[in-house]
Amino acid sequence: MKRARWRAVLVLPFLFLLGGCVERTAVLNPQGPVARMQYDLIMWSVGFMLFIIVVVFTLFAVFLIRYREKPENAGYEPPDEEGNTLLEVVWTAIPILIVAALAVPTVKATFALEKPPTEKVKPITIHVTAANWKWIFSYPEENIETVNYVHIPAGVPVKFKLTSVGPMNSFWVPELGGQKYAMDGMETELILQADKPGSYMGRSANFSGEKFAHMEFEVVAQTGTDFRKWVNEVKQTAPKLDEKKYTQILKPGIVGRMTFSNTHLEWIDHAKQNSHHGNDHSMKNENQSDEAMTESHHHGE
Amino acid sequence: MKWSEFFVTGEPLIYAADVAIVLTMVGIVFVLTYFKKWKWLWNEWLTTVDHKKIGVMYIICAVLMLFRGGVDALLMRAQLTAPNMKFLDAQHYNEIFTTHGTIMILFMAMPFIIGLMNIVVPLQIGARDVAFPYLNALSFWLFFFGALLFNISFVIGGSPDAGWTAYFPLAGNEFSHGVGNNYYAVALQISGIGTLMTGINFLVTILKMRAPGMTLMRMPMFTWTILITCVLIIFAFPVLTVALALMTFDRLFDTQFFTMANGGMSMLWANLFWIWGHPEVYIVILPAFGIFSEVVSTFAGKRLFGYKAMVGSIVGIAFLSFIVWVHHFFTMGAGPAVNSAFSITTMAIAIPTGVKIFNWLFTLRKGKIRFTTAMLWSLAFIPNFVIGGVTGVMLAMAAADYQYHNSYFLIAHFHYVLIAGTVFACFAGLHYWYPKMFGHILNERLGKWTFWLFMIGFNICFFPMYFLGLMGMTRRMYTYSDGLGWTPLNVVATVGAVLMGIGFIVLCYNIYYSARYGERDMTGDPWNGRTLEWATASPPVHYNFPVTPVVEDLDAYWVMKKKYGGFHVKEEDLKPIHMPSNSGRPFWMSVAFFVAGFGLVFKWFALAIVGALFIVLGLILRSFEDDDGYYIPVDEIKRMERAARKGA
Amino acid sequence: MGEAAHRYEETLPLEYRTQESRLNILGFWIFLGAEVALFATLFATYLVLFQRTGSGPTAGELFEVKDVLIETLLLLTSSFTCGLAIFEMRRGRMSGLIAWLLVTLLLGAGFITFEIREFIHYVHEGATMQTSAFLSSFFVLVGTHGAHVSVGIGWMILIIIQLLQRGLTAKTARKVFIVSLYWHFLDVVWIFIFTLVYLLGMVI
Repeated sequence: MKRARWRAVLVLPFLFLLGGCVERTAVLNPQGPVARMQYDLIMWSVGFMLFIIVVVFTLFAVFLIRYREKPENAGYEPPDEEGNTLLEVVWTAIPILIVAALAVPTVKATFALEKPPTEKVKPITIHVTAANWKWIFSYPEENIETVNYVHIPAGVPVKFKLTSVGPMNSFWVPELGGQKYAMDGMETELILQADKPGSYMGRSANFSGEKFAHMEFEVVAQTGTDFRKWVNEVKQTAPKLDEKKYTQILKPGIVGRMTFSNTHLEWIDHAKQNSHHGNDHSMKNENQSDEAMTESHHHGE
Repeated sequence: MKWSEFFVTGEPLIYAADVAIVLTMVGIVFVLTYFKKWKWLWNEWLTTVDHKKIGVMYIICAVLMLFRGGVDALLMRAQLTAPNMKFLDAQHYNEIFTTHGTIMILFMAMPFIIGLMNIVVPLQIGARDVAFPYLNALSFWLFFFGALLFNISFVIGGSPDAGWTAYFPLAGNEFSHGVGNNYYAVALQISGIGTLMTGINFLVTILKMRAPGMTLMRMPMFTWTILITCVLIIFAFPVLTVALALMTFDRLFDTQFFTMANGGMSMLWANLFWIWGHPEVYIVILPAFGIFSEVVSTFAGKRLFGYKAMVGSIVGIAFLSFIVWVHHFFTMGAGPAVNSAFSITTMAIAIPTGVKIFNWLFTLRKGKIRFTTAMLWSLAFIPNFVIGGVTGVMLAMAAADYQYHNSYFLIAHFHYVLIAGTVFACFAGLHYWYPKMFGHILNERLGKWTFWLFMIGFNICFFPMYFLGLMGMTRRMYTYSDGLGWTPLNVVATVGAVLMGIGFIVLCYNIYYSARYGERDMTGDPWNGRTLEWATASPPVHYNFPVTPVVEDLDAYWVMKKKYGGFHVKEEDLKPIHMPSNSGRPFWMSVAFFVAGFGLVFKWFALAIVGALFIVLGLILRSFEDDDGYYIPVDEIKRMERAARKGA
Repeated sequence: MGEAAHRYEETLPLEYRTQESRLNILGFWIFLGAEVALFATLFATYLVLFQRTGSGPTAGELFEVKDVLIETLLLLTSSFTCGLAIFEMRRGRMSGLIAWLLVTLLLGAGFITFEIREFIHYVHEGATMQTSAFLSSFFVLVGTHGAHVSVGIGWMILIIIQLLQRGLTAKTARKVFIVSLYWHFLDVVWIFIFTLVYLLGMVI
């Protein structure tokens, strides 16, 4: 009996929270088509899971109460039953059906997430570089660069091209969609999209060393016009990034927000650093930026 | 290296630990000397090859490591109780979650399970010892000195700080300059070798040393799970051996396996780690399933429902456990086809697991359920593990996992399966087999206090974490800022952790209390058991059974009790019993491993070579050894049987 | 029952006659299973990394056909002579057994000598373990095999001494049998190294 009570105490808040009145619960508060697709999948699975929990907990409670040892059944001798093939088939078949019911939408969503949610709008590309312990965003088309915050146009799919100059990080903006790793010497792609203008928190989800907890960034979604305006403003007012400054930014530590009117992609793309054949870059953390300097051929002035 | 770098300095906690360690060591030396127990310690414990004593030593170490890992956990919870706490700094926090994870999995869960299997499996199959008793002692001492090496990193040299998964390049020379991750690589290697040998040892034991009449399909369920676990160990641990060796080469000899330059590939580490790591999860959970099966069947007073389906489902789970590892990094961008395939294999594990849950439930049906402490742990397992299990299925759905991965949702999930699965099983097994180990019962009233405190605390601690995860809190954050709305749930979680800590203290007190006042078990069968371990005295004489029992069906002892009123030994049936001799070599060879390992950690290669030479010497001496054990004469057996059964 | 069991045991080959021996041999087979998993992991690592040569040489540029062929010939022959040793043991001929074991051991030592020469040669070319991921995985894979062969040589020496001291007993026969299993296993691993590392490396 006691047991039944504590279980009710546990399940109730679960149902309550899933009811939706939780704007702080970022994952359950999707603000774009990617996050919404994942939200729908999550809710689909939660339904099945609650069904399983209800079935198991009910059987559990009923059996415990009915078959507990009590003074009345002192002489009762439990039968030695070996099992029941029909029951075995039933409780093998039902999980198989549930798994199938979950697998189909999972596979669909997993493939769908690799493509932009809409084909009507041309996606924009932003290169994301994780470094100890900051996020660097480069806009190759707009030719601007930001640190620890990123502006995106709402309603437009954004292709984030992720890489890292050091430990593995994971790029996660829960309200806009799930995460992907940013790894050294290679590039991964994550597509996100915001429905409407707003500010969304992002952070690294994969431990990357001492100050990893501070690897937060803000995603600012704006209308198309506002976004253009912001880009132009940056181009006109922000300072130029040079290799010396860039080297300083890469040094392990925390930096605030920064804005530049050119990108580091002009002289180095970390995603292409550790290629298979004939790669002559030596990429130790301490010296890599110095090297990038000596090897650079032009500046973006 | 300077001495100031050799000893960890600068933290009051560390100094306190230094003092505690020195005082404990002085205390142990004093007690042993004062009571003249050195000889006893050497003869009875350090040189023993008796599986029961080795099992007890495993469990003692596991409980100590549970304390260490638990203190780590409480420190983490203290730091996370409020936003922007200054209780621990980032570096210290990172070390603590790394050691917490590593210790709980490898130096707590593993030895607890291995300890129970050491004590129980030979008894359950009616054997006198394991197939290779000498090797068994070596396995234990390698585990012990591996664990010791890992633990001294706390005060000497510095602890590893790259997470228990030690992902590269973070754990490589490029970003981890201290010796911490050397400790990780070397200490895990040493104890891993011990585990591998345990796997081989018990596989041979179970395959070859079962009592006459015990066919495979008459084996107790716990023995079945251990058999399958051994297979998992044998195929999974070599992968860890290689992964750690490559890590050691990268860190000590500057090779390029996982580095950022010259072709190194950090993703390779993640793959190797989890090709071992996922089967490892089942290595600690399958025996737990076995323990629950024994306890549920005993205290429901019924044969295990669907025995064949239970066996089949373990085999199925074990097979699937090798083809799911990618689900630990769906977010690595392997592509939708790969992710989908691993999603489906992972979800498929739910099918055999579900079969098991329902078979346990139907074992309870029509039973006569006795709510002993061991049974409470086993019953609580079912609902709690189901919560962990269904959230595991949710995590298995790749597209959705992108939102859960590395968040507190994941933390909640794996604590729900590892605590409600493995830890509950360890406690259930401890209470259940305690009389078999020590001859007295753990106090039931205190046991139930432990249960309720720990189980309720566990739910209060980890259930909120599911929601913290959905709120965007990621694992391994040493602090978080105010205004995120995470504070209330974190406070709740800390309260739960404290309750679990209190539960653990009550358990320790219970061990002391029961040793002094506990009810002696004179029958050898305090729970009305069903399997052969209850057919012998508590604790059993070191040869286990005076004559080998003959098995007629599943639940061999239950059948004997029904048919013959028990397991009777006629004195005229007694024959001299062959037993293996004790040996001190496993102990000192493991010390040599420790010395060699310590040398490697600090790159003192001369020391490492000295250690290695002693290891080789031990192997040579063993090869030339011509000790075939000894025989216990019949008169001696008679005397010992009478003494063991006195008062029965 | 004891009598019958005893008579049955008499019909078995010498190395299988005691319960302890049977356990040991089964245990060793299982150990070899673990070794298969170990080498499989090393091979997988090598195959993942072997084209990641960084600034170092590629497999095609590095490997020397002649040395590798000699090594292969030595090790394959040693596996054959090891089989002859067991054959002699089954016929109860001590001298033949020891002679063939010695030949096996010398061939093994020859293999190791050529392998060390090969490694030294590579290092002189500037191809060390530290040069690239390919070379790290090459040296560790082939080196692990070489270390196994070296252990086997030491082990065989110990067993030959014991044979001379104690003669051919159930226990020494079992030891010879187990070391022969080990030796054949290393031969099989070498065949994989030869094809997957050397042949593949020279083709691609």
